[in-house]
Amino acid sequence: MTIPNIVGAGLIVIGAGLGIGRIGGSAMDAIARQPEASGKIQTAMLIAAALIEGIGFAALFAA
Amino acid sequence: MHRINIVKLLSLLLLTVTFSVHAQDESQNDNHAENSHTVKDLKTEIKEYISHHLLDSHDFTLFSYTTVEGDHKYIGFPLPVILWDNGIKIFSSSKLHHGESVAELNGEYFSLYHNKIYKTDAEGTITFDNHQHPTNSKPLDFSLTKNVAFIILVGLFMLWMFNSMAKSYKKSTIPSGIGRFLEPIILYVRNDIAIPNIGEKHYKKYMSYLLTVFFFVWIINLLGLTPLGVNVTNNIAVTFALALITYLFTTFTANKNYWKHIFWMPGVPLPMKIILAPIELLGTFIKPFSLMIRLYANITAGHIVLMSIIGLMFIFKNWIGSPLSFGLAFALALLELLVAALQAYIFTMLSALYFGMAVEEHEHSEHH
Repeated sequence: MTIPNIVGAGLIVIGAGLGIGRIGGSAMDAIARQPEASGKIQTAMLIAAALIEGIGFAALFAA
Repeated sequence: MHRINIVKLLSLLLLTVTFSVHAQDESQNDNHAENSHTVKDLKTEIKEYISHHLLDSHDFTLFSYTTVEGDHKYIGFPLPVILWDNGIKIFSSSKLHHGESVAELNGEYFSLYHNKIYKTDAEGTITFDNHQHPTNSKPLDFSLTKNVAFIILVGLFMLWMFNSMAKSYKKSTIPSGIGRFLEPIILYVRNDIAIPNIGEKHYKKYMSYLLTVFFFVWIINLLGLTPLGVNVTNNIAVTFALALITYLFTTFTANKNYWKHIFWMPGVPLPMKIILAPIELLGTFIKPFSLMIRLYANITAGHIVLMSIIGLMFIFKNWIGSPLSFGLAFALALLELLVAALQAYIFTMLSALYFGMAVEEHEHSEHH
Protein backbone atom coordinates (compact mmCIF):
# COMPACT_ATOMS: atom_id res chain seq x y z
CA MET A 1 0.00 0.00 0.00
CA THR A 2 1.37 3.38 -0.98
CA ILE A 3 0.59 6.69 0.72
CA PRO A 4 -1.93 7.94 -1.93
CA ASN A 5 -3.79 4.65 -1.56
CA ILE A 6 -3.99 5.01 2.20
CA VAL A 7 -5.12 8.64 1.98
CA GLY A 8 -7.70 7.67 -0.63
CA ALA A 9 -9.01 4.83 1.52
CA GLY A 10 -9.25 7.25 4.45
CA LEU A 11 -11.19 9.78 2.37
CA ILE A 12 -13.59 7.05 1.22
CA VAL A 13 -14.24 5.99 4.78
CA ILE A 14 -14.81 9.62 5.85
CA GLY A 15 -17.26 10.14 3.00
CA ALA A 16 -19.15 6.90 3.54
CA GLY A 17 -19.22 7.51 7.30
CA LEU A 18 -20.63 11.02 6.86
CA GLY A 19 -23.23 9.71 4.43
CA ILE A 20 -24.40 6.82 6.58
CA GLY A 21 -24.28 9.06 9.66
CA ARG A 22 -26.59 11.58 8.01
CA ILE A 23 -28.98 8.81 7.00
CA GLY A 24 -29.02 7.39 10.52
CA GLY A 25 -29.50 10.84 12.08
CA SER A 26 -32.33 11.74 9.73
CA ALA A 27 -33.99 8.38 10.38
CA MET A 28 -33.79 9.08 14.13
CA ASP A 29 -35.45 12.48 13.57
CA ALA A 30 -38.13 10.88 11.43
CA ILE A 31 -38.84 8.15 13.98
CA ALA A 32 -39.04 10.77 16.74
CA ARG A 33 -41.61 12.68 14.72
CA GLN A 34 -43.62 9.64 13.66
CA PRO A 35 -42.93 6.66 15.90
CA GLU A 36 -45.76 4.70 14.26
CA ALA A 37 -43.88 4.72 10.92
CA SER A 38 -40.64 3.44 12.45
CA GLY A 39 -40.74 0.12 10.57
CA LYS A 40 -40.95 1.74 7.15
CA ILE A 41 -38.33 4.33 8.06
CA GLN A 42 -35.92 1.65 9.24
CA THR A 43 -36.32 -0.29 6.01
CA ALA A 44 -35.73 2.79 3.88
CA MET A 45 -32.75 3.74 6.06
CA LEU A 46 -31.16 0.30 5.68
CA ILE A 47 -31.58 0.35 1.91
CA ALA A 48 -30.03 3.81 1.58
CA ALA A 49 -27.19 2.88 3.93
CA ALA A 50 -26.57 -0.33 1.99
CA LEU A 51 -26.40 1.58 -1.30
CA ILE A 52 -23.82 4.02 0.09
CA GLU A 53 -21.90 1.12 1.61
CA GLY A 54 -21.84 -0.64 -1.76
CA ILE A 55 -20.33 2.41 -3.45
CA GLY A 56 -17.89 2.82 -0.57
CA PHE A 57 -16.68 -0.75 -0.92
CA ALA A 58 -16.39 -0.43 -4.69
CA ALA A 59 -14.22 2.67 -4.20
CA LEU A 60 -12.14 0.92 -1.51
CA PHE A 61 -11.37 -1.86 -3.97
CA ALA A 62 -10.31 0.69 -6.55
CA ALA A 63 -8.05 2.49 -4.03
CA MET B 1 -13.48 -0.57 57.90
CA HIS B 2 -13.45 -3.65 55.74
CA ARG B 3 -14.53 -1.71 52.71
CA ILE B 4 -11.66 0.78 53.03
CA ASN B 5 -9.21 -2.09 53.32
CA ILE B 6 -10.55 -3.68 50.18
CA VAL B 7 -10.28 -0.37 48.31
CA LYS B 8 -6.69 0.03 49.49
CA LEU B 9 -5.86 -3.51 48.46
CA LEU B 10 -7.42 -2.99 45.07
CA SER B 11 -5.56 0.23 44.39
CA LEU B 12 -2.29 -1.39 45.49
CA LEU B 13 -2.99 -4.27 43.15
CA LEU B 14 -3.77 -1.88 40.33
CA LEU B 15 -0.53 0.03 40.94
CA THR B 16 1.60 -3.09 40.87
CA VAL B 17 -0.18 -4.19 37.75
CA THR B 18 0.55 -0.89 36.02
CA PHE B 19 4.18 -1.02 37.05
CA SER B 20 4.70 -4.56 35.98
CA VAL B 21 3.18 -3.73 32.61
CA HIS B 22 5.59 -0.83 32.29
CA ALA B 23 8.50 -3.04 33.17
CA GLN B 24 7.40 -5.61 30.67
CA ASP B 25 7.04 -2.96 27.98
CA GLU B 26 10.52 -1.67 28.62
CA SER B 27 12.10 -5.08 28.58
CA GLN B 28 10.33 -5.68 25.28
CA ASN B 29 11.61 -2.40 23.91
CA ASP B 30 15.14 -3.47 24.80
CA ASN B 31 14.70 -6.68 22.93
CA HIS B 32 13.02 -4.89 20.08
CA ALA B 33 16.21 -3.92 18.29
CA GLU B 34 17.56 -7.45 18.20
CA ASN B 35 14.24 -9.10 17.47
CA SER B 36 13.06 -6.63 14.85
CA HIS B 37 13.36 -9.07 12.02
CA THR B 38 11.65 -11.91 13.86
CA VAL B 39 8.78 -9.54 14.68
CA LYS B 40 8.53 -8.64 11.01
CA ASP B 41 8.49 -12.32 10.15
CA LEU B 42 5.61 -12.80 12.54
CA LYS B 43 3.71 -9.96 10.90
CA THR B 44 4.17 -11.39 7.42
CA GLU B 45 3.26 -14.80 8.77
CA ILE B 46 -0.02 -13.45 10.16
CA LYS B 47 -0.71 -11.66 6.86
CA GLU B 48 -0.08 -14.87 4.95
CA TYR B 49 -2.28 -16.82 7.35
CA ILE B 50 -5.15 -14.36 6.85
CA SER B 51 -4.85 -14.32 3.07
CA HIS B 52 -4.63 -18.10 3.10
CA HIS B 53 -7.80 -18.30 5.19
CA LEU B 54 -9.65 -16.13 2.67
CA LEU B 55 -8.85 -18.53 -0.17
CA ASP B 56 -10.70 -21.64 -1.17
CA SER B 57 -8.77 -24.86 -0.63
CA HIS B 58 -8.68 -28.40 -1.93
CA ASP B 59 -8.93 -29.97 1.51
CA PHE B 60 -10.80 -29.38 4.72
CA THR B 61 -8.38 -28.51 7.52
CA LEU B 62 -9.57 -27.87 11.05
CA PHE B 63 -6.17 -26.72 12.29
CA SER B 64 -2.51 -27.19 11.55
CA TYR B 65 0.71 -26.91 13.52
CA THR B 66 4.45 -27.18 13.03
CA THR B 67 6.37 -29.80 14.98
CA VAL B 68 9.72 -29.11 16.63
CA GLU B 69 11.43 -30.81 13.68
CA GLY B 70 9.78 -28.32 11.31
CA ASP B 71 7.20 -30.67 9.83
CA HIS B 72 3.74 -29.31 9.11
CA LYS B 73 0.93 -31.38 10.58
CA TYR B 74 -2.64 -30.90 9.38
CA ILE B 75 -5.75 -32.10 11.19
CA GLY B 76 -8.67 -32.47 8.83
CA PHE B 77 -9.76 -34.59 5.90
CA PRO B 78 -9.10 -34.50 2.16
CA LEU B 79 -11.65 -33.73 -0.54
CA PRO B 80 -11.83 -35.18 -4.05
CA VAL B 81 -9.93 -33.42 -6.82
CA ILE B 82 -11.65 -33.58 -10.21
CA LEU B 83 -9.62 -32.37 -13.18
CA TRP B 84 -10.43 -32.16 -16.86
CA ASP B 85 -7.26 -32.62 -18.89
CA ASN B 86 -7.89 -34.69 -22.02
CA GLY B 87 -10.30 -36.80 -20.03
CA ILE B 88 -11.57 -36.72 -16.49
CA LYS B 89 -9.11 -37.34 -13.67
CA ILE B 90 -10.21 -37.96 -10.10
CA PHE B 91 -7.94 -38.39 -7.10
CA SER B 92 -7.96 -37.53 -3.43
CA SER B 93 -6.43 -34.23 -2.41
CA SER B 94 -4.41 -36.09 0.25
CA LYS B 95 -2.06 -36.94 -2.62
CA LEU B 96 -1.15 -33.27 -2.90
CA HIS B 97 -0.19 -32.98 0.80
CA HIS B 98 -1.19 -29.31 0.98
CA GLY B 99 1.14 -28.43 -1.85
CA GLU B 100 4.10 -30.17 -0.22
CA SER B 101 4.26 -33.11 -2.61
CA VAL B 102 3.42 -33.97 -6.21
CA ALA B 103 0.39 -36.09 -7.05
CA GLU B 104 1.04 -38.82 -9.60
CA LEU B 105 -1.74 -40.29 -11.71
CA ASN B 106 -1.07 -42.70 -14.62
CA GLY B 107 2.32 -41.16 -15.35
CA GLU B 108 1.10 -37.57 -15.13
CA TYR B 109 2.05 -35.22 -12.34
CA PHE B 110 0.04 -32.44 -10.70
CA SER B 111 1.12 -30.07 -7.98
CA LEU B 112 -0.40 -27.28 -6.00
CA TYR B 113 0.90 -23.70 -6.22
CA HIS B 114 -0.97 -20.89 -4.44
CA ASN B 115 -4.04 -23.13 -4.18
CA LYS B 116 -4.16 -23.75 -7.93
CA ILE B 117 -3.37 -27.08 -9.55
CA TYR B 118 -0.71 -27.13 -12.29
CA LYS B 119 0.61 -29.90 -14.46
CA THR B 120 4.26 -30.48 -13.65
CA ASP B 121 7.07 -33.01 -14.06
CA ALA B 122 7.94 -35.65 -11.48
CA GLU B 123 9.82 -33.14 -9.27
CA GLY B 124 6.94 -30.67 -9.31
CA THR B 125 8.97 -27.82 -10.80
CA ILE B 126 6.99 -24.75 -11.73
CA THR B 127 8.44 -22.33 -14.25
CA PHE B 128 7.69 -18.63 -14.17
CA ASP B 129 7.51 -15.89 -16.76
CA ASN B 130 8.77 -12.32 -16.23
CA HIS B 131 5.72 -11.33 -14.19
CA GLN B 132 6.09 -14.21 -11.74
CA HIS B 133 3.10 -16.01 -13.27
CA PRO B 134 3.51 -19.78 -13.63
CA THR B 135 3.83 -20.93 -17.23
CA ASN B 136 2.88 -24.55 -16.51
CA SER B 137 -0.29 -25.78 -18.18
CA LYS B 138 -3.34 -25.63 -15.97
CA PRO B 139 -5.96 -28.38 -16.21
CA LEU B 140 -9.61 -27.37 -15.84
CA ASP B 141 -10.43 -27.72 -12.16
CA PHE B 142 -13.88 -29.04 -11.23
CA SER B 143 -12.76 -30.16 -7.79
CA LEU B 144 -15.07 -30.50 -4.85
CA THR B 145 -13.24 -27.80 -2.93
CA LYS B 146 -14.06 -26.69 0.58
CA ASN B 147 -16.48 -24.01 -0.66
CA VAL B 148 -18.27 -26.39 -3.03
CA ALA B 149 -18.54 -29.03 -0.32
CA PHE B 150 -20.08 -26.56 2.10
CA ILE B 151 -22.50 -25.16 -0.48
CA ILE B 152 -23.74 -28.72 -1.09
CA LEU B 153 -23.90 -29.44 2.65
CA VAL B 154 -25.88 -26.28 3.37
CA GLY B 155 -28.17 -27.10 0.45
CA LEU B 156 -28.86 -30.56 1.85
CA PHE B 157 -29.31 -29.13 5.34
CA MET B 158 -31.86 -26.62 4.05
CA LEU B 159 -33.70 -29.33 2.12
CA TRP B 160 -33.96 -31.43 5.25
CA MET B 161 -34.90 -28.47 7.44
CA PHE B 162 -37.68 -27.12 5.24
CA ASN B 163 -38.99 -30.55 4.31
CA SER B 164 -39.39 -31.49 7.96
CA MET B 165 -41.09 -28.15 8.52
CA ALA B 166 -43.47 -28.68 5.60
CA LYS B 167 -44.32 -32.17 6.88
CA SER B 168 -45.18 -30.87 10.33
CA TYR B 169 -47.89 -28.67 8.76
CA LYS B 170 -49.71 -31.77 7.56
CA LYS B 171 -50.40 -32.80 11.13
CA SER B 172 -51.60 -29.45 12.41
CA THR B 173 -51.54 -25.77 11.48
CA ILE B 174 -49.15 -25.13 14.35
CA PRO B 175 -45.62 -26.13 13.32
CA SER B 176 -43.56 -28.37 15.54
CA GLY B 177 -39.84 -28.81 15.91
CA ILE B 178 -37.62 -26.51 13.89
CA GLY B 179 -40.68 -25.00 12.20
CA ARG B 180 -41.48 -23.07 15.36
CA PHE B 181 -38.24 -21.19 14.94
CA LEU B 182 -38.49 -20.80 11.18
CA GLU B 183 -42.13 -19.78 10.79
CA PRO B 184 -41.78 -16.20 12.07
CA ILE B 185 -38.68 -15.66 9.89
CA ILE B 186 -40.44 -16.94 6.78
CA LEU B 187 -43.47 -14.78 7.57
CA TYR B 188 -41.15 -11.82 8.04
CA VAL B 189 -39.57 -12.38 4.63
CA ARG B 190 -43.04 -12.60 3.09
CA ASN B 191 -44.81 -9.77 4.91
CA ASP B 192 -41.99 -7.28 5.34
CA ILE B 193 -39.69 -7.94 2.40
CA ALA B 194 -41.64 -9.48 -0.47
CA ILE B 195 -45.13 -7.95 -0.27
CA PRO B 196 -44.17 -4.27 0.32
CA ASN B 197 -41.54 -4.31 -2.44
CA ILE B 198 -43.08 -6.53 -5.09
CA GLY B 199 -46.78 -6.07 -4.43
CA GLU B 200 -49.66 -8.38 -3.52
CA LYS B 201 -50.24 -9.41 -7.10
CA HIS B 202 -46.87 -10.74 -8.17
CA TYR B 203 -44.97 -11.60 -5.00
CA LYS B 204 -45.80 -15.32 -4.97
CA LYS B 205 -43.62 -16.40 -7.86
CA TYR B 206 -40.55 -14.76 -6.28
CA MET B 207 -41.07 -16.11 -2.76
CA SER B 208 -39.20 -19.37 -3.32
CA TYR B 209 -36.09 -17.57 -4.57
CA LEU B 210 -36.20 -14.89 -1.87
CA LEU B 211 -36.56 -17.44 0.93
CA THR B 212 -33.81 -19.63 -0.50
CA VAL B 213 -31.35 -16.79 -0.91
CA PHE B 214 -32.15 -15.37 2.51
CA PHE B 215 -31.60 -18.62 4.37
CA PHE B 216 -28.65 -19.68 2.23
CA VAL B 217 -26.73 -16.44 2.76
CA TRP B 218 -27.65 -16.32 6.42
CA ILE B 219 -26.65 -19.90 7.25
CA ILE B 220 -23.45 -19.72 5.27
CA ASN B 221 -22.50 -16.38 6.85
CA LEU B 222 -23.09 -17.86 10.29
CA LEU B 223 -21.00 -20.90 9.41
CA GLY B 224 -18.24 -18.49 8.42
CA LEU B 225 -18.09 -17.30 12.04
CA THR B 226 -17.51 -20.79 13.43
CA PRO B 227 -13.94 -22.08 13.77
CA LEU B 228 -14.58 -24.48 10.88
CA GLY B 229 -12.97 -22.00 8.51
CA VAL B 230 -15.88 -21.92 6.09
CA ASN B 231 -15.80 -18.76 4.01
CA VAL B 232 -18.12 -19.23 1.11
CA THR B 233 -19.62 -15.74 0.80
CA ASN B 234 -16.20 -14.11 0.75
CA ASN B 235 -15.52 -15.87 -2.50
CA ILE B 236 -16.48 -13.40 -5.22
CA ALA B 237 -17.49 -16.23 -7.57
CA VAL B 238 -20.23 -17.33 -5.15
CA THR B 239 -21.66 -13.85 -4.71
CA PHE B 240 -21.37 -13.36 -8.47
CA ALA B 241 -23.52 -16.45 -9.04
CA LEU B 242 -26.09 -15.26 -6.49
CA ALA B 243 -26.24 -11.80 -8.07
CA LEU B 244 -26.45 -13.37 -11.53
CA ILE B 245 -29.54 -15.34 -10.51
CA THR B 246 -31.16 -12.13 -9.28
CA TYR B 247 -30.24 -10.41 -12.55
CA LEU B 248 -31.66 -13.26 -14.67
CA PHE B 249 -34.89 -13.31 -12.65
CA THR B 250 -35.26 -9.55 -13.03
CA THR B 251 -34.55 -9.61 -16.76
CA PHE B 252 -36.73 -12.55 -17.72
CA THR B 253 -39.75 -11.74 -15.58
CA ALA B 254 -39.77 -8.04 -16.44
CA ASN B 255 -42.88 -6.65 -18.09
CA LYS B 256 -43.28 -4.16 -20.92
CA ASN B 257 -43.28 -1.18 -18.57
CA TYR B 258 -39.85 -2.04 -17.20
CA TRP B 259 -38.24 -2.07 -20.64
CA LYS B 260 -40.13 1.04 -21.66
CA HIS B 261 -38.75 2.86 -18.66
CA ILE B 262 -35.25 1.79 -19.59
CA PHE B 263 -35.16 2.47 -23.32
CA TRP B 264 -37.82 5.15 -23.78
CA MET B 265 -38.47 6.90 -20.48
CA PRO B 266 -42.00 8.32 -20.63
CA GLY B 267 -42.65 11.89 -19.64
CA VAL B 268 -39.26 13.43 -20.39
CA PRO B 269 -38.23 15.48 -23.47
CA LEU B 270 -36.75 13.68 -26.48
CA PRO B 271 -33.04 14.62 -25.95
CA MET B 272 -33.31 13.40 -22.37
CA LYS B 273 -34.77 10.10 -23.57
CA ILE B 274 -31.71 9.52 -25.72
CA ILE B 275 -29.32 10.40 -22.89
CA LEU B 276 -31.20 8.34 -20.31
CA ALA B 277 -31.40 5.11 -22.32
CA PRO B 278 -27.71 4.08 -22.02
CA ILE B 279 -27.56 5.22 -18.39
CA GLU B 280 -30.64 3.17 -17.49
CA LEU B 281 -29.29 0.19 -19.39
CA LEU B 282 -26.01 0.44 -17.50
CA GLY B 283 -28.05 0.71 -14.31
CA THR B 284 -29.52 -2.75 -14.85
CA PHE B 285 -25.99 -4.19 -14.70
CA ILE B 286 -24.80 -2.01 -11.84
CA LYS B 287 -27.64 -3.17 -9.58
CA PRO B 288 -26.63 -6.86 -9.45
CA PHE B 289 -22.96 -5.81 -9.52
CA SER B 290 -23.43 -3.81 -6.32
CA LEU B 291 -25.24 -6.80 -4.79
CA MET B 292 -22.20 -8.96 -5.57
CA ILE B 293 -19.64 -6.45 -4.25
CA ARG B 294 -21.61 -5.63 -1.11
CA LEU B 295 -21.96 -9.19 0.16
CA TYR B 296 -18.41 -10.13 -0.83
CA ALA B 297 -16.77 -7.03 0.62
CA ASN B 298 -18.72 -7.03 3.88
CA ILE B 299 -17.90 -10.61 4.72
CA THR B 300 -14.27 -10.35 3.55
CA ALA B 301 -13.71 -7.14 5.51
CA GLY B 302 -15.27 -8.73 8.59
CA HIS B 303 -13.04 -11.78 8.37
CA ILE B 304 -9.88 -9.74 7.78
CA VAL B 305 -10.53 -7.37 10.69
CA LEU B 306 -11.49 -10.19 13.04
CA MET B 307 -8.40 -12.22 12.21
CA SER B 308 -6.10 -9.18 12.36
CA ILE B 309 -7.36 -8.41 15.86
CA ILE B 310 -6.76 -12.01 16.91
CA GLY B 311 -3.32 -11.68 15.29
CA LEU B 312 -2.55 -8.69 17.57
CA MET B 313 -2.34 -11.20 20.41
CA PHE B 314 0.73 -12.74 18.83
CA ILE B 315 2.34 -9.39 18.08
CA PHE B 316 1.89 -7.86 21.56
CA LYS B 317 2.91 -11.03 23.39
CA ASN B 318 2.17 -9.57 26.81
CA TRP B 319 -0.72 -10.20 29.10
CA ILE B 320 -2.38 -6.85 28.50
CA GLY B 321 -2.44 -7.38 24.75
CA SER B 322 -4.12 -10.75 24.92
CA PRO B 323 -7.21 -9.79 26.92
CA LEU B 324 -7.49 -6.63 24.85
CA SER B 325 -7.38 -8.54 21.60
CA PHE B 326 -9.68 -11.21 23.00
CA GLY B 327 -12.21 -8.63 24.17
CA LEU B 328 -12.13 -6.76 20.88
CA ALA B 329 -12.43 -9.99 18.93
CA PHE B 330 -15.39 -11.03 21.08
CA ALA B 331 -17.17 -7.71 20.55
CA LEU B 332 -16.42 -7.82 16.85
CA ALA B 333 -17.67 -11.39 16.57
CA LEU B 334 -20.97 -10.26 18.09
CA LEU B 335 -21.09 -7.47 15.53
CA GLU B 336 -20.37 -10.01 12.81
CA LEU B 337 -23.37 -12.05 13.99
CA LEU B 338 -25.48 -8.97 13.27
CA VAL B 339 -23.72 -8.38 9.95
CA ALA B 340 -24.34 -12.00 8.90
CA ALA B 341 -28.09 -11.54 9.32
CA LEU B 342 -28.08 -7.97 8.00
CA GLN B 343 -26.31 -8.89 4.77
CA ALA B 344 -28.76 -11.74 4.15
CA TYR B 345 -31.60 -9.28 4.80
CA ILE B 346 -30.12 -6.59 2.52
CA PHE B 347 -29.48 -9.06 -0.28
CA THR B 348 -33.05 -10.37 -0.11
CA MET B 349 -34.47 -6.89 0.31
CA LEU B 350 -32.65 -5.41 -2.69
CA SER B 351 -33.46 -8.47 -4.82
CA ALA B 352 -37.12 -7.99 -3.92
CA LEU B 353 -36.81 -4.30 -4.77
CA TYR B 354 -35.40 -5.08 -8.22
CA PHE B 355 -38.10 -7.70 -8.82
CA GLY B 356 -40.65 -5.11 -7.78
CA MET B 357 -39.27 -2.67 -10.35
CA ALA B 358 -39.48 -5.36 -13.02
CA VAL B 359 -43.16 -6.15 -12.46
CA GLU B 360 -44.37 -2.69 -11.51
CA GLU B 361 -47.48 -1.66 -13.38
CA HIS B 362 -47.90 2.03 -14.02
CA GLU B 363 -51.68 2.31 -14.15
CA HIS B 364 -51.37 5.95 -13.15
CA SER B 365 -48.81 6.86 -15.80
CA GLU B 366 -51.45 7.94 -18.31
CA HIS B 367 -52.72 10.64 -15.98
CA HIS B 368 -49.55 12.72 -15.86
